[in-house]
Amino acid sequence: MNKVVSGADEAIRDIEDGSMLMLGGFGMCGLPEKCILALVKKGVKNLTCISNNAGVDDFGIGLLLHQHQVKKMISSYVGENAEFERQLLSGELEVELIPQGTLATRCMAAGYGMPAIFTPAGIGTEVAIGKEVRNFNGKDYLMEMAFDADFAIVKAWKGDRLGNLVYRSTARNFNPVMAMAGKVTIAEVEELVEPGELDPDNIHTPGIYVHRIFQGENYEKRIEQRTVRKKPL
Amino acid sequence: MLDKEGIAKRIAKEIKDGYYVNLGIGIPTLVANYIPDDVDVILQSENGLLGMGPFPFEGEEDPDTINAGKQTITKLAGSAVFDSAMSFGMIRAKKVNLTILGAMEVSENGDIANWKIPGKMVKGMGGAMDLVASAENIIVAMQHVNKAGESKLLPNCTLPLTGINCVKKIVTELAVLDVLPEGGFRLLERAPGVTVEEIIKATAGKLIIDGDVPEMIV
Repeated sequence: MNKVVSGADEAIRDIEDGSMLMLGGFGMCGLPEKCILALVKKGVKNLTCISNNAGVDDFGIGLLLHQHQVKKMISSYVGENAEFERQLLSGELEVELIPQGTLATRCMAAGYGMPAIFTPAGIGTEVAIGKEVRNFNGKDYLMEMAFDADFAIVKAWKGDRLGNLVYRSTARNFNPVMAMAGKVTIAEVEELVEPGELDPDNIHTPGIYVHRIFQGENYEKRIEQRTVRKKPL
Repeated sequence: MLDKEGIAKRIAKEIKDGYYVNLGIGIPTLVANYIPDDVDVILQSENGLLGMGPFPFEGEEDPDTINAGKQTITKLAGSAVFDSAMSFGMIRAKKVNLTILGAMEVSENGDIANWKIPGKMVKGMGGAMDLVASAENIIVAMQHVNKAGESKLLPNCTLPLTGINCVKKIVTELAVLDVLPEGGFRLLERAPGVTVEEIIKATAGKLIIDGDVPEMIV
């Protein structure tokens, strides 16, 4: 079995206008930056993107927004992107803001083969409008549906040609749950290794969930908020 | 009156030994700087980390290691990394003992609004709705009044809600207040140099004052 493709262009070859995509990452951290650049180059339009954030103005999903390739964003926090806020307030862009845990768990549900989850997040708020509420042990919960995305695009640290993935530090974030949730899952990795090089006890995403994998070159890994302290002398 | 650091310092006193704590963006992040050395706590960052350490030394920033505010941070000996679903799983399952977050408005029955100003600002709720819906102990760190001088402690929130009946305690530049289960803000402490009259004036919601209100020790 060999899931390796030549690069981002081949990996996203069948993503078409109107596709629903999941994109891993938290802010710029663990972002599938090579596939996003390939989508910008390909120019596919009317995308629905499920991603925790919407990138910054000149990086990540922000690049797709600038070219008006996104019809709808499903995110939890979009505060870093001025162009996003402009398109949203002017009505050019459709946006569904959902709680971060709900977003993650709706991915997880898809990957676990469960149609829906119940969460208290959003009870009593506008997030609850039109949704079924169930009471368990005296507390109200919202029924939230599993996502049904055409493609999940994730970024991992290492992966092998069977699609087994390992993430590094907090670049893990949404990547494992999204990897499980796509009808087709594309993984870009910093280092493609041979089967056997990854410790089976430490695989974060088993290869069964991954359909295509490639090694990206020269990751930019942009830092959004560079916060440091002085080294004591 | 307290500055932001003062609010953070006062909130740090609420953190007990052995707690797992989630700190929101803004003033709550500063709380980490004032946790006493003899209080052993583990900070949870909802992007998937337990055991959040301080900012890295200059030149040692790791783009793969950030907190929920997207700031570069460090891990500590004993840190654990996990995915976003597990992160909110432990929040939903009430494993996190204390949540500290900012707010635009809090109502006298503990409702909180902090994610949206219709027509003006749409940043999103991030993890706040999940946190306030599940946490048993929520402290809000905020200014008592907004930039227009209007009280942020209200009978009812006017902005879209983040959660209902959830805030337990509020620390502002003027006061420490409990939100009572039956409704109302109970004044517990005054900030140094602040009078009860000033707090009454800055509080639009029902304020409950029992006897003398001590000045807080920061």
